Amino acid sequence: MGIIADLIASYQFLGENFPRFLELLSQHLQLVIVSEILAIAVAVPMGIVAARNERLRGPILSIGNVAQTIPTLAIIALVFPLLGLGFKPSLVGLFAYAILPILTNTITGIEDVEEGTIEAATGMGMTDNQILRKIQLPLAIPVIFAGIRTSAVINVGTAYLAFFIGGGGLGLWVVSGIRLYAFDQVLAGAIPGALLAIAMDSIFALIERRLGGEAIQGTTTASA
Amino acid sequence: MIEFEHVTKVYDDGTEAINDVSFEVDQGTTTVLVGPSGCGKTTTMKLVNRLEDPTEGTVYYDGEDVTTLDPIELRRNIGYVIQEIGLFDHMTVAENIGTVPELLGWEQDRIDDRVTELMSLMDLPPDQYRNQYPRELSGGQRQRVGVARALASDPEVLLMDEPFGALDPITRENLQDEFLDIQDKIDKTILFVTHDIDEALKMGDMIALFDVGKLVQYATPREILETPKNQFVKDFIGENRALKKLQVTPVEEVMLTDVPDEDRDELAAIARGERDGIEPVKRLDSTQVALSQLIENDIAALPVVDDGGDVIAVVTEKAIRGRQRTYEAGGA
Repeated sequence: MGIIADLIASYQFLGENFPRFLELLSQHLQLVIVSEILAIAVAVPMGIVAARNERLRGPILSIGNVAQTIPTLAIIALVFPLLGLGFKPSLVGLFAYAILPILTNTITGIEDVEEGTIEAATGMGMTDNQILRKIQLPLAIPVIFAGIRTSAVINVGTAYLAFFIGGGGLGLWVVSGIRLYAFDQVLAGAIPGALLAIAMDSIFALIERRLGGEAIQGTTTASA
Repeated sequence: MIEFEHVTKVYDDGTEAINDVSFEVDQGTTTVLVGPSGCGKTTTMKLVNRLEDPTEGTVYYDGEDVTTLDPIELRRNIGYVIQEIGLFDHMTVAENIGTVPELLGWEQDRIDDRVTELMSLMDLPPDQYRNQYPRELSGGQRQRVGVARALASDPEVLLMDEPFGALDPITRENLQDEFLDIQDKIDKTILFVTHDIDEALKMGDMIALFDVGKLVQYATPREILETPKNQFVKDFIGENRALKKLQVTPVEEVMLTDVPDEDRDELAAIARGERDGIEPVKRLDSTQVALSQLIENDIAALPVVDDGGDVIAVVTEKAIRGRQRTYEAGGA
């Protein structure tokens, strides 16, 4: 069978199983969105703490690193004996995997604010909290957001593995399709995921540009 | 206004930044801390707004030991200018200038008025620049914003750390001139850090010259040039001491008030602007300007005029040389 025929077959498969597709897609999106929100809620504050406290930076970064270094499948596999099967254990695995890009970007974003800027803020009489709120975070937001974007796009891919521990999602069609040699089913599961990742990346890119605002755009028009 | 009393600062890693430094800054004057890099001049300045605290000795601000004052409050009462990187890139020009008033809890209307006032003072048309971001401005404009920002809450004291250091020579000179004019109007007590002796001679009422951690000489620009304390000071001033001396000598000290009758018509013509390219000088202009006018235009005498444009005296090359000879003989 040629690739075109495969594509047509998968399109037909999708049409015949559309309600099921919507169900899987919705599971997939839920996994991605919930785990991503949890990761943001944990990684951004952790990054802020790490950026402001050198002694905690090492331990915090190593937590994120460990979570990222373990192969995704291994994390999913590890979650299984600990938390069992289903949606929630899958969330935990995806959440752990999504943390690091956000964490490192939060730390980098805050730390990369120019020393002179911080010194000026200190010298003008800002407290540490004011410096964080008024200077460091606003300047770091585009970088933090880039971390969230990376993390979310990876997350769409990683969520395919949730199927292995009963988390559902588009992985169901892909994995069972491979087992059955049913390419139409594999493609019907894989292509929407790829499109989802691309769409997510573009939407985030758009927001990122907004967030960067005129201050960042200004770099291109700056004259010496 | 600011007094250093036997101040020593040793950093945690054991480096001694300054050792037993004592000097006093009078209200309304500009004191320039000058010296090679690593001499401790910036550290000295940071001791005033408590970005650093002394290891030994005491720094007084308005009679009070600064270490007894709340650093946050103290800093909000002291204007602080550093090289242009200190601007907040994510805030507009108006927001940057309004930073300290906002910290102090001023009403927005009052902040807006103050920002407009300062932008006009610093020659930045408010309507044009208020909502621009720092990166959209030129280096000179950014530096103006920096100075305006430091002046925002009308502090008594200004600390300026190499404020014009990152600018090209022409912009720097213009800003120096403008700042001297502004200082005449605002009358702040200023501590100014630079590594450039020419800038120090130009900007300072007093100069504190540092060599690695030591305050070598604390004196007026004239005294530094006339009686450099030791070889280090002489070397730091550089080779053109005589020329630099002219720069800090006002015309009134070398001018001749007996204007020879036969020159009167010609001098009056220059004063009226009838001789192309030749500009009369005023009594407080630097002698260097007068000398360069004489040489450039190949003339023997240059009129000194009052504010009304009337000729009150004359400067000649010989008169300037006469002054120089006494200085060379008496000084070095």
